[in-house]
Amino acid sequence: MTPLAFLVLALAGGLGAACRLLLDGVVRSRARGALPIGTILINLSGSFLLGLIAGLTAAAALPEEVHLVVGAGFLGGYTTFSTASFETVRLLQERRRLLAALNGLGVLVAATALAGAGLWLGSLV
Amino acid sequence: MIHPERDPADPADPMDGEPDPALPIDPDVDADESVSGAPRPVHLRPSTLAVVFAGGAVGTAAREALSLAFPPVDGVPYAILVINVVGAFLLGVLLEALVRRGPDHGRRRTLRLLLGTGVLGGFTTYSALAADTAALLGSGAAPAGILYALGTVLIGAVATWAGIAVAAAAHRAARAADRTAGDEA
Repeated sequence: MTPLAFLVLALAGGLGAACRLLLDGVVRSRARGALPIGTILINLSGSFLLGLIAGLTAAAALPEEVHLVVGAGFLGGYTTFSTASFETVRLLQERRRLLAALNGLGVLVAATALAGAGLWLGSLV
Repeated sequence: MIHPERDPADPADPMDGEPDPALPIDPDVDADESVSGAPRPVHLRPSTLAVVFAGGAVGTAAREALSLAFPPVDGVPYAILVINVVGAFLLGVLLEALVRRGPDHGRRRTLRLLLGTGVLGGFTTYSALAADTAALLGSGAAPAGILYALGTVLIGAVATWAGIAVAAAAHRAARAADRTAGDEA
């Protein structure tokens, strides 16, 4: 990877992180309940989009540079594992075991399924 | 920070010097807002978005550098696994340390947004976890995919919990040391 591509990838990650703050804030200001719906929506949408971009790249419909900058950069910065894990542990500490399982394992299964759907859709092109 | 117990932004801190006349009384209000009127939520402020952007770029660069240095083995991205687990541990340490020092405003909130939402949020990633797992499952490596995904989430939760416990223990130890020093004085 060229130094310029690395820099653009990092800046794309910064943009993704700022989008995460914005979207999570908007969802938080509207949503009620213990489940961290903002982080969930971000991670599900980001996983689907990364699958789609990986699928399109594998089908040679997108150049590898786009996969790197948008996939590893923007979507890598947009989605987050650390916050999701923290929110799962906080639900466990509050003894909301069902919601913790949903946030930890349910989201994992759903995100993987969405990424798989994206990969498949991308490969159809 | 020289002394973590001192917060210069906290007007109630007796150790603090003369108040800065340029700063608003309420540390929750940014200096520019006291002039313009209606406070804007944190996620809509250009200043906090810029802080998270900068942190996110640094975190993303660190993740990419590590994943380039340690490429996947048989489709299993061990670098991302380690990044996510380490990031989960560090976020547990950070958020617990900050919450034990006081309310989420001023310098503490800036640190949370810069290091937590920005750096660690950009460092760790969920989309790569999901897409790599889907690719492993799709390529007939189902056991490796399931082990990778479940392992990340379970070890990650233990790491977060450990991070919270480490920060809580460090805070108690610092408090006990302060009390001992106070008794001797």
